[in-house]
Order: sequence, then C-alpha cells, then structure tokens
Amino acid sequence: MKLLRFFLIVILLFSLNSLNAEENDKRNEITKNLRCLICQGQSVYDSDSEFANSLKIVVDKKLQEGLSEDQIYEYFKTKYGEWILYDPSLNKNTYILWLLPILIFLIGGAIIYKSFIVKK
Amino acid sequence: MKNKILPFSVIIIFGIIFFIFYKGLEDSKIYTPDVNTKKEIPVFNTKEFFSGENLKSSSIFELDKVYLLNIWSSWCVPCRQEHPLLMNLNSENKVNIIGMNYKDNLKNAENFLIELGNPYKKILIDLDGTLAIEWGAYGVPESFLIYNNEIIKKYVGPLNQELVDEINLLIK
Repeated sequence: MKLLRFFLIVILLFSLNSLNAEENDKRNEITKNLRCLICQGQSVYDSDSEFANSLKIVVDKKLQEGLSEDQIYEYFKTKYGEWILYDPSLNKNTYILWLLPILIFLIGGAIIYKSFIVKK
Repeated sequence: MKNKILPFSVIIIFGIIFFIFYKGLEDSKIYTPDVNTKKEIPVFNTKEFFSGENLKSSSIFELDKVYLLNIWSSWCVPCRQEHPLLMNLNSENKVNIIGMNYKDNLKNAENFLIELGNPYKKILIDLDGTLAIEWGAYGVPESFLIYNNEIIKKYVGPLNQELVDEINLLIK
C-alpha cells in the first residue's frame, strides 16, 4: 500500500511538471515544428547546438514583435527553405505525400466493402 | 471477377509503395543547402567590432561593388584554417571582405585578429547568433558573395583554394 501511494505521488509530480511546462510556452510549440538543419533528426526544440539556440532566440524575438505562428514559419521558410518545416505544405513536390494516404485509405475501404459487406 | 479485384489491388498498392521507396533510395539523405539562389540581403542593425558604433546594413553594402561576408569566430577551428586565404584575397583588393563575429568573446576575437591578421574592411558583431539567422546561415565558418545587394553565392563551411579560385572567377 505504501509503495502504491509512493508511485501515485511520483506519477502526479511528473504529470504536473509537464502540465506546467506546456502551458506557458508557445515558443516550444513552434521550435518543435522547426528542423534543426545541422543536426541529425532533431528538432530545434530538442537540440542544444549553436544554430538551434540562436533560432530559439529569434523565435522569441518574433513572438515579442507580435508575429503569428504562421508568419514565423513563413519567415524561416524564406530564410532556409521548405526543409526547415516539419509540416510540408502541399505543392508539386509533396502531393504524393499528401494524397497517398487518402488513396490507400479509399482503396482499402473499397476492398473491405467489396469483400465483407457486398458478400452478405 | 470479385476474386480477382483483391489480389489485383494488393499488387497495385505494393507496386506504388515499392516505386516510392525505390525512388526514395536515389535521393541523398544528407541535407544540402540551396547555395545558388539569388536572394536580397537582409536589413539589420548591429554594432561595429572596433568602434562599437551602430551600423545599418544599408551603410555597409554599396551598389556595384563586390562584397564577401565572412562569418567567423575565434573558437572555430576551421576559421583558423581559412583565414590565410582571406588575407590573400584581401591583398588582391578585388573584393571587400566584411566580417561577422559570431557568438564570440570580443577579447578572444581581437587576439585572433592580432595573431592571424585582419582581412576585414568592417566587422559586425553578432553576439547571440540572431544576425546569422537573418542571413540564413547555418554556423561558422560561412561566406556570402554579395553584389548589388544580392547574395550571389553562399559557401557553407571553410573556404579552400578551389573555392577562392571560383570566387575570383565570379567577380571578374
């Protein structure tokens, strides 16, 4: 019983901790969507490189200037290109990426419909 | 008929997936920055290294002149290697070299210049790295060839003799 209570407290502490961290920072949300260009598979948020640290400062500054999230993404896109965004926009290079899941979903749905529902 | 649709569509789907992954194999997984697109230089304010005066971007870069903006730092080892090349380039007087001191201790930076020489016409200070972000830079060292307020070419990483030859060719 004691052990259970201990674990409950620990879990509660951890969840409170993350709650606190998440609520105050729009900057974190934005930097999580920016790719650290000089790192391997890390976001700007995760990285502690010189590049990422400067980028965090720039995001802070832009937020203070009153730019919206989309405007900030747009700003970095003009500086570094599409690659810096984790969420690519729909264009001629990325249409397969966007349309393929929908296509597969529709085909899959059709197969299920054909084989299970029509059979009945 | 019904029996045929299922295997047929499965084959098609796997075909598409195979095709995409196969195409993906050809792509380089290493990110290569776009270095050839011409871009307007950013507008910024900063301080001059020696005098500490405020500098506006418009007062640094004049039209019809070739500039090489070099981002450097005293703690950056490759900067040390490329420095003699910058000294040479400066002595030929064909290009105005502007320095940008990146996230550095100013005292160390000064010692660096005393030790290796100062090829820069002007040096801008970028204490927190945000100015480099304005330029779309990745880190140190990095160089931008500028003509008519446009970035003609970007060199990520240290310059070597080959690249210096290329610069000489471009600014002829």
